[in-house]
Amino acid sequence: MNALTENWVAIGAVSDIPRRGSRCVKNGDTTIAIFRTVDDHIYALEDKCPHKKGPLSQGIVHDGCVTCPLHNWVISLETGQAQGADEGGTLSFGVKLEGDSILLDIGGAR
Amino acid sequence: MKKKLVVVGNGMAPGRMLEHLFELSPDGFDVTVFNAEPRVNYNRLMLSPVLSGEKTYEDIITHDDAWYEQQGITLHKGSKISRIDRGAKTVTSDNGITASYDTLIVATGSNPFIIPLPGKDLEGVLTYRDLDDVEKMLCAARAGGRAVVIGGGLLGLEAAAGLRQQGMEVTVLHLMPSLMERQLDPAAGYLLEKAFADRGIDVITKANTHEIVGKDGQVAGVKLDNGTVIDAAIVVMAVGIRPGIDLAKESGLDVNRGILVGDDMQTSDPAIYALGECVEHRSQVYGLVAPLYEMAVTIAENLCGNKAAYTGSVTATKLKVTGIDLYSAGDFAEAEDRQEIVLRDATAGVYKRLVLKDDRIIGAVLYGETSDGPWFFDLLKKQTDISDMRETLIFGQAYQGGSPLDPMAAVAALPDDAEICGCNGVCKSKISNAIVGKNLNSLDDVRAHTKASASCGSCTGLVEQLLSLALGEAYNPAAVQPMCGCTELGHDDVRRLIVAKQLKTIPAVMQELEWKTSCGCAKCRPALNYYLVCDWPDEYADDYQSRFINERVHANIQKDGTYSVVPRMWGGVTSSKELRAIADTVDKFDIPMVKVTGGQRIDLLGIRKEDLPAVWGDLGKAGFVSGQAYAKGLRTVKTCVGTDWCRFGTQDSTGLGIRIEKFMWGSWTPAKVKMAVSGCPRNCSEATCKDVGIICVDSGFEIHFAGAAGLDIKGTEILGMVKTEDEALEHVVALVQMYREQGRYLERIYKWSRRIGYDEVRRQIMDDADKRKAYFERFVFSQKFAQVDPWSERVSGKDKHEFQPMATLSLEAAE
Repeated sequence: MNALTENWVAIGAVSDIPRRGSRCVKNGDTTIAIFRTVDDHIYALEDKCPHKKGPLSQGIVHDGCVTCPLHNWVISLETGQAQGADEGGTLSFGVKLEGDSILLDIGGAR
Repeated sequence: MKKKLVVVGNGMAPGRMLEHLFELSPDGFDVTVFNAEPRVNYNRLMLSPVLSGEKTYEDIITHDDAWYEQQGITLHKGSKISRIDRGAKTVTSDNGITASYDTLIVATGSNPFIIPLPGKDLEGVLTYRDLDDVEKMLCAARAGGRAVVIGGGLLGLEAAAGLRQQGMEVTVLHLMPSLMERQLDPAAGYLLEKAFADRGIDVITKANTHEIVGKDGQVAGVKLDNGTVIDAAIVVMAVGIRPGIDLAKESGLDVNRGILVGDDMQTSDPAIYALGECVEHRSQVYGLVAPLYEMAVTIAENLCGNKAAYTGSVTATKLKVTGIDLYSAGDFAEAEDRQEIVLRDATAGVYKRLVLKDDRIIGAVLYGETSDGPWFFDLLKKQTDISDMRETLIFGQAYQGGSPLDPMAAVAALPDDAEICGCNGVCKSKISNAIVGKNLNSLDDVRAHTKASASCGSCTGLVEQLLSLALGEAYNPAAVQPMCGCTELGHDDVRRLIVAKQLKTIPAVMQELEWKTSCGCAKCRPALNYYLVCDWPDEYADDYQSRFINERVHANIQKDGTYSVVPRMWGGVTSSKELRAIADTVDKFDIPMVKVTGGQRIDLLGIRKEDLPAVWGDLGKAGFVSGQAYAKGLRTVKTCVGTDWCRFGTQDSTGLGIRIEKFMWGSWTPAKVKMAVSGCPRNCSEATCKDVGIICVDSGFEIHFAGAAGLDIKGTEILGMVKTEDEALEHVVALVQMYREQGRYLERIYKWSRRIGYDEVRRQIMDDADKRKAYFERFVFSQKFAQVDPWSERVSGKDKHEFQPMATLSLEAAE
């Protein structure tokens, strides 16, 4: 996919996701986890921990990070990069809001 | 032949005297102590934290029974001396014990002053002096209502803050125009009044109480001279203390306000010393602990023949109310020949004032920021000429000589004889030398060897800095392991403060306990959620997003993101109907693996998250509820077939196991709890490696606890024997509740009980029936809110969003 090609798709409303929580969007074989922080920022990451592919959407969301439920890696919601001593990253996707509606950029994973 | 020493009174001063005496002369004296209170020696300074709920009585004991035994001291508790026969050299207590002495020490302390108001004898008029008073106040606080505290001095304010923290409405009445006028100037008094108002405590100054109004012999309110009536459920009189001189006076010793002593601390009878708050020395009577400790040391030295003299003390005061920092020392009245230096920072709520005379500090008041208190106090006591640093004096020690603003540097710069611990009169060099000379490496060590920071604890920070200075990297100041990176506090402190400050939501905990992150982390949030669920079962709303995924979706996440499901099989017993329902479910949802667990359950593995509610729906129809195999809670009670089938069985172990499981399912605990009941000592259900186990025998039930068979392997400890099933249930439930209230999150029972001591668990559960019943009651109460089957809730639609994708994009949209 070309990183410059944008493809914005409406996936639902901010209120569909609990604060400090996450829900998934299925896109073919890819699952994308959509996160909502305590202050209503929305982020999207591929639902795969860089460590052992754990489902990040099932983790605990705190500040700007999520902790993977399998082995407690802490992943930045903004960059998809592992924090602390761990190394690795997962794909992150562009997100924008139009009113309460969330648009996800499935054209250019970063 | 040992000399016979008798001590009348068992407060902090005689406690200190005895410690020092045994250091000087371990075998020289045969000591008998009479205590009017029915208990050992405790730290009276810490009554306020007990009242506010931040500490317990056990935390503030200075000398326990074992100490008296070790030192060979005869301690008569609950024995008040009513007569001294100076001719025969004997004392006699009101419960008929007579002891003869070579030397007598009178340490009868002080009595709270009761204003002779109409109504002073009504039920509910309390004083604030000893543990009995605190217990009465705590009892009143449980009933709620308003407390009126008469007296806005140190004790009155600490009482008011404590009662407020216990949930009472509180009004403080103070005769003078500003609070603590003996220790504070009016500006600091104002800030203090404001801080109390912020806590919801009404302060009325210039309030002259006219009478205490009663109804049916019980306090109903307080009437002021101006006619105002304030409703009150209790009235606490904290207007001052009077030296306890009655016994001395009746015995013919010279008394004035207190018992008169010379610099050698002897009374008018050379065989009798007086010590503590009952003493009048050079026309001074003391109510703070530091001077009393100095007197104590003087007496101990003199008893050993080392001609010591007490020459009086300058005192400093610190208010012990969590969240209010206040320090005052010396004299701060205004006068012609005095100057003052004042620093105010309204935003930060800081006020500092130094009173100077002839370039020397004679008084200091610090509010809001008190870390320089000991330094100013040191300058004051030594009468140091401060003219060279006058410009920057008020900014504190760190600013002097251009040294950096580093607290470590500030402590390093203190002279060797600077006093660090005001309560116990311990100077810097004594602490530093002890750390090096005795290889001390923890705060507790320093407290044990030097007493520094062992009384009110407000110099703890300074002592820790001295430890860091002496040991460098080797000292870990966080001897208490913080919960996580979001806080400096350990689990125990957080649990204590949640209760003491009545914190009932996660944001409230984070705000009040100054969390460093905006919404915690994956370590602290589940822990806080558990503590709040445990402490406020009826009021706290479970924070779903702070639970680990397994507890959020009530199934166990597997490595591939699928889940496993374990239905509850009470006591490990199942039936053809249940097994058939499981088989049908497995077929219907194409569940890849079915496995029997170690806890006598059936585990269905590899279920897709989206299928969970439907799987539970089908299992639910067969009568299954969640087996909570994912919970930090009661998991399983494993049983053997007992008297139903087994030729060796002594009791109905299956029935008891099922009964316990039905009673306790649904309860959350710090970590998982696995139990077992075996019908005989052959122990087929392996009860002796469980968190809690029961071994049935002919004569009853042997209860075990603290086993482990995981990362660690450990056989259980025996809690004790009981005769009936009912008792077995009560003991097991009480034990688990004790663990629920004290355990740190993720700490299994074997670790918790090893930490607090197996004997302590036995003492509270086996020996103390009242405690056991109270634990039991609290568990039963909390179960009212916990026993809801999470599976059926979700089958009915709860948390639906959790199990469905937010959106499924079509392939066209993706391109």
